[in-house]
Amino acid sequence: MTPLEFLALAPLAVLGAVLALDVVSFPQAMVSRPIVAATLSGALIGQPGRGLAMGVALEFFALESMPFGASRYPEWGSASVVGGALFAQSADGTAAAMTGAALAALITAGIGGSSMVALRRWNAMWARKQQARIARGSGSAVVALQLGGMSSDLIRGGLVTLLALTVFAPLHRAITATTEVPPTVSRAAVVAVASAVGLAAVWKVVRTTAGARWYLLGGLAIGFGIAAGLL
Amino acid sequence: MNAPAPAPPLPLRVRAAMLLRLFAIQGVWNYETMLGNGIAFALEPALVRLPGGRKGDAYKRAMARHSGYFNAHPYLAAVAVGALARAELDGVPEAQIERFRVAAPGPLGSVGDRLVWAGWVPLCSAIALLAFGLGMSPAGVVLLFLGVYNVLHIGLRVWGLHAGWSHGLRVAQALGNPVLRQGPAHVARATALVAGIALPVAATGIIGPGRVLLGSVLAAVAAGAVLITLLHGRFEGWRLATLALAAFVLYAMVR
Repeated sequence: MTPLEFLALAPLAVLGAVLALDVVSFPQAMVSRPIVAATLSGALIGQPGRGLAMGVALEFFALESMPFGASRYPEWGSASVVGGALFAQSADGTAAAMTGAALAALITAGIGGSSMVALRRWNAMWARKQQARIARGSGSAVVALQLGGMSSDLIRGGLVTLLALTVFAPLHRAITATTEVPPTVSRAAVVAVASAVGLAAVWKVVRTTAGARWYLLGGLAIGFGIAAGLL
Repeated sequence: MNAPAPAPPLPLRVRAAMLLRLFAIQGVWNYETMLGNGIAFALEPALVRLPGGRKGDAYKRAMARHSGYFNAHPYLAAVAVGALARAELDGVPEAQIERFRVAAPGPLGSVGDRLVWAGWVPLCSAIALLAFGLGMSPAGVVLLFLGVYNVLHIGLRVWGLHAGWSHGLRVAQALGNPVLRQGPAHVARATALVAGIALPVAATGIIGPGRVLLGSVLAAVAAGAVLITLLHGRFEGWRLATLALAAFVLYAMVR
């Protein structure tokens, strides 16, 4: 990767930073959800439609992991920027483009999730260092701690996005150049895996609510009817 | 129980500052104090109004008290912030405030998790997936998702701060709101219906012209969903998916 190519990643890294910040720190408005983040990433490259297609596939995966308190989960903000950008920058009809981009996004989501855990430990350590000032009721210490945590999260998201794109952009090009898997098969593979995760996630949510499983079955019947062109 | 005394006025700019800070309440979330520092951060614009301002003892004692451990759903933490601000400015005894800080997190966490994370987020995702499957433009899908989601998100934060301030430490009454009590079950049913429709429609929308593959895809989805459900708690679906896609890419490269 030339320095110029590396510089070209800067806007995507900034987008990844901002969207990663949204996951937990600020403002949790869900702009970090894949269906939004990958579309914005694709739009930055001039292909919002391809970004959205990638975002929809990743959204199925994201249905599985919700940000419950101290639980560990993949970080979809920066991951969706990576997935959306990789898929959007490959020309329509490129072999294995969606599979490669989805794989890169999933790996980035895992790494992003681990980096969030590390940041939370760092936050705790930093809070302990400020403990004496906070115990004395220092408002400035509270505000500085809060702003420091948010800034660190912003930097974390930017770095995860930048590093992932630096590693996965050439790999994605290599995958698409060396395979002959038709785009439809590539998309079908991603959809099959993603939908399975999404369906299992929805089942997990609705199984504890009385009657909800019948709503799901009814919905699936309508959905298949629409998909098959019967409705 | 007696009706709460009418809430004294809190200037609009103070409310606005608290509301803005509530959006950053998890800015320094960590495994030791969790939301704690964020609670103090969001309360600070109100605590400045205590006698003596930032240099006063009341302000310093309150800031120290509220930066300790606190855990709740980030949106519904607004209820606690409003209630604590009212209690501090009303001069409620410290012991009573401490009891509230211990008792409030449980209900605020469980109601928020069920209503927002397990209900509203999947519902909004399903609505956006369905919109994509039905051919809505990228901008339309994004705006629809963000618009619908943030009606509840921003609404909960604004309502929470107002309810907390209005009721003070008796805010448990506000948690009896029908939206919070019965909402999660209704949202779960709506999610089930919309997600059921959206999954096949959106999947077909991604595959595009290769619909001859639909039968194989559906069989794989059914088998995969059953497998992931059986593995629940032992292996997350997205990790399994990563392995499956990695195997697919390797196979495609070496064949």
